[in-house]
Amino acid sequence: MEIIQYIATRLGQMVPVLFLVALISFLCMALVPGDPIMLMLGGRATETVIAAAHEEFGLDKPILVRFFSFISQGLQGDLGRSIIQRQPVTVLIGERISQTSFLLGYSAFLALIVAIPLSFLAVIRHNRPTDHIIRLTGMVGLSMPSFWVGLLLMLLFGLKFNLFPIRGFGDGFLEHLWYLFLPSFTISLFLIPMLVQSLRESMLDVLQSDYVEVARSKGLSSRRILLKHVFRNSLIPTITVLSVNIGWLLSGAVVVEFVFSIPGLGSLLVRSVGFRDYPVIQGLAVVFAMMVMLVNLLADLLYMVVDRRVIKKQ
Amino acid sequence: MNSADILLNQRTLLIREVRSWSNTLKIGTAILLVITIAGILAPLITSSDPYYQDYGSILLAPSWEHIFGTDHLGRDIYSRVIHGIRIDLTVAFVITYVPMIYGVAIGAIAGYYGGWVDSILMRLLDTAIAFPFLVLIIVIIAILGPGVQNIYLAVCLVAWTMYARLARAEMLIEREKDYMLAAKSMGFPVSRIIFRHALPNIMSPVIVFSMADFVLNILLLSGLSFLGLGIQAPEPEWGAMIAAGRDYIFDSWWICTIPGLAIVVTGTSLSLIGDGLTQRLGGR
Repeated sequence: MEIIQYIATRLGQMVPVLFLVALISFLCMALVPGDPIMLMLGGRATETVIAAAHEEFGLDKPILVRFFSFISQGLQGDLGRSIIQRQPVTVLIGERISQTSFLLGYSAFLALIVAIPLSFLAVIRHNRPTDHIIRLTGMVGLSMPSFWVGLLLMLLFGLKFNLFPIRGFGDGFLEHLWYLFLPSFTISLFLIPMLVQSLRESMLDVLQSDYVEVARSKGLSSRRILLKHVFRNSLIPTITVLSVNIGWLLSGAVVVEFVFSIPGLGSLLVRSVGFRDYPVIQGLAVVFAMMVMLVNLLADLLYMVVDRRVIKKQ
Repeated sequence: MNSADILLNQRTLLIREVRSWSNTLKIGTAILLVITIAGILAPLITSSDPYYQDYGSILLAPSWEHIFGTDHLGRDIYSRVIHGIRIDLTVAFVITYVPMIYGVAIGAIAGYYGGWVDSILMRLLDTAIAFPFLVLIIVIIAILGPGVQNIYLAVCLVAWTMYARLARAEMLIEREKDYMLAAKSMGFPVSRIIFRHALPNIMSPVIVFSMADFVLNILLLSGLSFLGLGIQAPEPEWGAMIAAGRDYIFDSWWICTIPGLAIVVTGTSLSLIGDGLTQRLGGR
């Protein structure tokens, strides 16, 4: 019962934010200086086409009416139509969302399998050279632009050694893993230092907690304390850290998809900006924000499964 | 005490201060100083014009004449990277510290008053954080069009939320402390309590965060320019230079690599300063 109540409050908190997200995305198209239809169609269109487009987008109606029809259509899963690509926005997004999700999941997985051992190592060797080297390498890693890293990896492993394909998505799960290795690795290079930073902190916090003190006074070996107590308790913050950084992960995906020509949401966004395809940009803004909110919700639920005290605290 | 004594005194104070710094802070500051001075003296320390296209020397590998080589239009990359400091460092500085000023003020005021002011701000912050930062910036740029003024505008519209969140959280802690009660009971005006008493105590984490933000803003600016949404060719901006070198990467690796290294070195120096400041200011 408590769980259902918790989920209900959590969903309730999302409603005003979702409304504001819709408002901001709507304003994106409404605030375009000049006539968005003229900007989109350029000089190519005849007057009848332009008038038809005005009719279709309801630009002759007042702004409030347009906003509420945007909301009510959005609730029915209709995000409008792209004039330039001649397809509904939801279809364009639907075709590409799995590629982006795959890329995100893969990057998070790669980042985790590197970051967890690294932060563990940093904690064991706390304030010794290994710890400092890990911290300094992390600083360099955080300063590397992902598009640059992507290009260099492409040059080295794609073109010089011919180990990985440098563009596209492939067919089937195994090919996806192969095609998306370089792009995912590029994103994870940015994510790993962020994860290590916060995991190292949280593990050090756990090391100073009372129950570790108790375990120590019982005479448990430090290896056992680290593995059984510190490591297990640091897995919970990992969920939080990943979900908090989902926005950065998505930002990274936008750039990396463009570099590696992956047909995902990010490259759709960059292309649509080039075309001034406002309905698509507007729809993508909503979808990106919903992805972030969904991941945060899932992380909270997962957190709740791992640690039931969360419900009581609310 | 005459003025010479005061000057001497200030110098010993400065030396003492620098001596107390950690190694990361010293090294980071030194690198950043060198980069900044190189940017200021750019025309003096480079021999060729960053815009000059020499079609007789296209795609030359690094040599004594062109230590970082030349690009596809025969422009000297060393000269372009050094002139790029002026653009990247200045723009990133502005989009970091301008939003910081009003972000901190808004967050501090909301945190101090609480109530409905705070509730409205929190909903706004939740919404801002729901969008991936880069996506929101790209959407705003899509409306306004590419270019440096619009980057200033887009980032100033969005980035203050991070500082407001931070300042609000710190203010909630600070508000309950004894010195704040004392200031309140003295009958000081609220503006004085917030800005003269509380603010100095909430600035340490803000300053530390701003160094990380500075790094991210360099990446943001170069990323937008790389996507063609930021600073446009032929300006010597690092991200735009990498984008231009993309088509020649197989045979002429230096066009992409060198500007990227400039970003990494600048970003690392800022991260080192941030790391040192954490210890110096006693932040977390």
